[in-house]
Amino acid sequence: MKSNTREATGQHTRECGVSAALKQGQITPTELCQKCLSLIKKTKFLNAYITVSEEVALKQAEESEKRYKNGQSLGDLDGIPVAVKDNFSTSGIETTCASNMLKGYIPPYNATVVQKLLDQGALLMGKTNLDEFAMGSGSTDGVFGPVKNPWSYSKQYREKRKQNPHSKNEDSDWLITGGSSGGSAAAVSAFTCYAALGSDTGGSTRNPAAHCGLVGFKPSYGLVSRHGLIPLVNSMDVPGILTRCVDDAAIVLGALAGPDPKDSTTVHDPINKPFMLPSLADVSKLCIGIPKEYLVPELSSEVRSLWSKAADLFESEGAKVLEVSLPHTSYSIVCYHVLCTSEVASNMARFDGLQYGHRCDIDVSTEAMYAATRREGFNDVVRGRILSGNFFLLKENYENYFVKAQKVRRLIANDFVNAFNSGVDVLLTPTTLSEAVPYLEFIKEDNRTRSAQDDIFTQAVNMAGLPAVSIPVALSNQGLPIGLQFIGRAFCDQQLLTVAKWFEKQVQFPVIQLQELMDDCSAVLENEKLASVSLKQ
Amino acid sequence: MAAPMLRWVGRGRLWTFARVDGGSCHRRGAPTGSTSNRIRGQSSVAQQPLYTTQKPRKGEHKWAAVVGLEIHAQISSNSKLFSGSQVRFSAPPNSLVSFFDASLPGTLPVLNRRCVEAAVMTGLALNCHINKKSLFDRKHYFYADLPAGYQITQQRLPIAVNGSLTYGVCAGKKQSQVIPKTVRIKQIQLEQDSGKSLHDDLRSQTLIDLNRAEGQLRVDANISVHHPGEPLGVRTEVKNLNSIRFLAKAIDYEIQRQIDELENGGEILNETRSFHHQLGCTMSMRDKEGKQDYRFMPEPNLPPLVLYDATSLPAGADPQQVINIDQIRETLPELPRVTRERLVQQYGMLLEHSFTLLNEVGLLEFFQNVIKETRAEPKKVTSWVLNTFLGYLKQQNLAVSESPVTPSALAELLDLLDSRTISSAAAKQVFEELWKGEGKTPGQIVSEKQLELMEDRGSLEQLCHSVMEAHPQVVMDLKEGNPRAINKLIGLVRKATQSRADPAMIKEILEKKLSS
Repeated sequence: MKSNTREATGQHTRECGVSAALKQGQITPTELCQKCLSLIKKTKFLNAYITVSEEVALKQAEESEKRYKNGQSLGDLDGIPVAVKDNFSTSGIETTCASNMLKGYIPPYNATVVQKLLDQGALLMGKTNLDEFAMGSGSTDGVFGPVKNPWSYSKQYREKRKQNPHSKNEDSDWLITGGSSGGSAAAVSAFTCYAALGSDTGGSTRNPAAHCGLVGFKPSYGLVSRHGLIPLVNSMDVPGILTRCVDDAAIVLGALAGPDPKDSTTVHDPINKPFMLPSLADVSKLCIGIPKEYLVPELSSEVRSLWSKAADLFESEGAKVLEVSLPHTSYSIVCYHVLCTSEVASNMARFDGLQYGHRCDIDVSTEAMYAATRREGFNDVVRGRILSGNFFLLKENYENYFVKAQKVRRLIANDFVNAFNSGVDVLLTPTTLSEAVPYLEFIKEDNRTRSAQDDIFTQAVNMAGLPAVSIPVALSNQGLPIGLQFIGRAFCDQQLLTVAKWFEKQVQFPVIQLQELMDDCSAVLENEKLASVSLKQ
Repeated sequence: MAAPMLRWVGRGRLWTFARVDGGSCHRRGAPTGSTSNRIRGQSSVAQQPLYTTQKPRKGEHKWAAVVGLEIHAQISSNSKLFSGSQVRFSAPPNSLVSFFDASLPGTLPVLNRRCVEAAVMTGLALNCHINKKSLFDRKHYFYADLPAGYQITQQRLPIAVNGSLTYGVCAGKKQSQVIPKTVRIKQIQLEQDSGKSLHDDLRSQTLIDLNRAEGQLRVDANISVHHPGEPLGVRTEVKNLNSIRFLAKAIDYEIQRQIDELENGGEILNETRSFHHQLGCTMSMRDKEGKQDYRFMPEPNLPPLVLYDATSLPAGADPQQVINIDQIRETLPELPRVTRERLVQQYGMLLEHSFTLLNEVGLLEFFQNVIKETRAEPKKVTSWVLNTFLGYLKQQNLAVSESPVTPSALAELLDLLDSRTISSAAAKQVFEELWKGEGKTPGQIVSEKQLELMEDRGSLEQLCHSVMEAHPQVVMDLKEGNPRAINKLIGLVRKATQSRADPAMIKEILEKKLSS
């Protein structure tokens, strides 16, 4: 992508990336599509995709090719392979939420964000894996099995492991992607597409982005339509964007942002479009806030050190770096638990087996059918949250739990307002406690404990509806990506991404080296630089 | 599903009435000892049955009943409350169902502007306080015709509150006395309707219709009884009453049942009951799970509904994006109460006549059109419209719009009467001709049938003379001092004129002739 971003280098401008290649005819949309489809097949074992929409993608590529031939390209996304998390409604394509409950459900309509991507000429490669109904932080708890982190097979990680005499059996020692949008993260990370849609309710886009070395962007609540996103927590859900660089995220955001008559929570105020990011030359007018409450004991020393280095970097380039306080941060997890499970209990009520999705064989009564259908259709995590949520919503508990949690939510949101009012432009925090962990280690804890731990830096942002982005910073000692998070003012998404872009340029995060994994695909990667990197570089 | 609904919650007034003796609580039919009167509403607003006060016999305890109504009325709109799909009466099942109506995952509610305006207008008409900010809530329960597992309603902060409706109840011997009453309106809320379950007992199947554009009125009545001055009694809720008649019957029955129960040493359970149409009694619905916990929570997909008035309207606001209460107030038609008062003042009509004029759809307009075109006295017009015209309509079970007689025709007829061109009797004859709907004007009918009053005094005198000559016995009676005999002569002359002569003039001529 990023073809029309001209970077002034002296007297001439240079265009780069796959979008430019498409425009200049160096590659056709069909060739690009086929390369990605072949990579999807090679990386099938990652379990990134639930459904591969090969026919649809090839047909879209064909149409895109016609447009290019006629000089009627629709823009930066025309002919670009993308993937969509399997909790977005896609017309005519199975949408499962990685749940037995929706196996076989083929929606009759496209989510607004999906439609907008298609309207821009993007090629839909398929639907990506997730935790069931996006409830999880590992992409390990879906009915189609866990997603494997492509970095498990990277040259960077493998080489570090060889140096480690304690390393165990390699095959069972693969890493989780993080989640719940782990399939989308793996799909982008393994070069099977250029951008993917995730969803972000408590960090589900930013967390896997950090673990997979990607840019993971959560827009301001109300900037991007949720129509067609099968909800987890309506008041916190936003469609998320996973790309390999900040400019690409901005291009996708430009295509998706804007009011939607089908989603009454989208805002009408005009937003600067398209989301063209200026290259920030000078950060001296910038004020970066470091929330002191985010320095928790569980934070790995490596992440902590990178966070500190990043702050130093801003400071050394002339930015003002301030310690700020978000005093209600520690209540965020328990507050989120009450609000999330309550909305989940409500949102899951429609899955009763009557109209769509799974239905059990029991037909002695409607009630018995509901009960059995829901027992068979939902996993333990979903059922557990439904039970908790219904408990919190009972008349006798509502005031003590739900209303109190709403009040705490307001306090958490106000913490951010106060921080920004004190002059801070963006906040800089870790995205995750550490780099990705091996699956076998991850599953030692249950989903609830894991989610509570892993969402610690990300979920408060959802309660406040703010934009946030995770940027890959460096590789850990183990050779695994570590991300840091920037949080911006509500609807200052463009400013946030501009800062993130400057930072991205400074840190020069390395490209994942998957040649070993995709040996006979190496040609694609080596010979055609186009497919190996982002739409931009 | 999702047809827009308005819900009124009217809080009951206290109605006192005499204790009545004994009686089984399972008795069929209306309870004895209370007569229920009700008026037909101008709109589907809270109707209260009135229990006329009877003097309690000595030593008897008075009972008071408290009735609260929850009224579900469908908003007249082209599309549903939260989706763009149409609302149409008697459409084929499930033919008007959007993805949202079917609760497909990922769909979101979008509030229908027209429904909000209708709710505001209703609130204004019912003297409510309109909340500038109102909220939507989810009410949860599992039922096959509720595909989302919850219903979107306005539980915590509804669009309108604290209203009242004044109405009249006919009383007295001939129901001619109108007693004004006021019912308090607790709140008006916008609510999504559920679907409709069609039970096929033969195949033990239930079919669901998600159109849900029918059933314009449904009422749940909450009823309790107590002794005045003592705390209110335990209430029962009679659900799903779908006509005013059944509502009145159910309330009458339930009040009496509760009194009987209490007087026989029983107790009233806080329970849901249903009304059995054929048996005319209420029966416990015996909810297996007892009281439902609806687990209300805010609807997160709909922002607070904010309304504006002239003072709060933001400058430069897009009229398509905001709803202005003051603007809706301006479009409010004259309310029935005001119309009735105006009719009484302007035309000197009885209050009960004004009720009749407004209660029959189209009758007021008909009346006003006649008034506009005729020189006849308003009282004459009122009498003709309410007695003759309405009488013919009722007899043939026709609506005003189906009447074969137009306002212009009636106006012309009344003019002929007013100008004494025809007699009252002839006028009735003309009206009967008009009702045949043969397209003749009253003037044509009068001349064809020669119904004009005989204006020619000479020929009338001659006719009187002939009649007197033909009936010498009657003349004799008169002369011998039987004054009533003149009536016979008048009748004979009228008959000879085919009712075309003015009886007063006939009498005058006869008297003159007799005294000469």
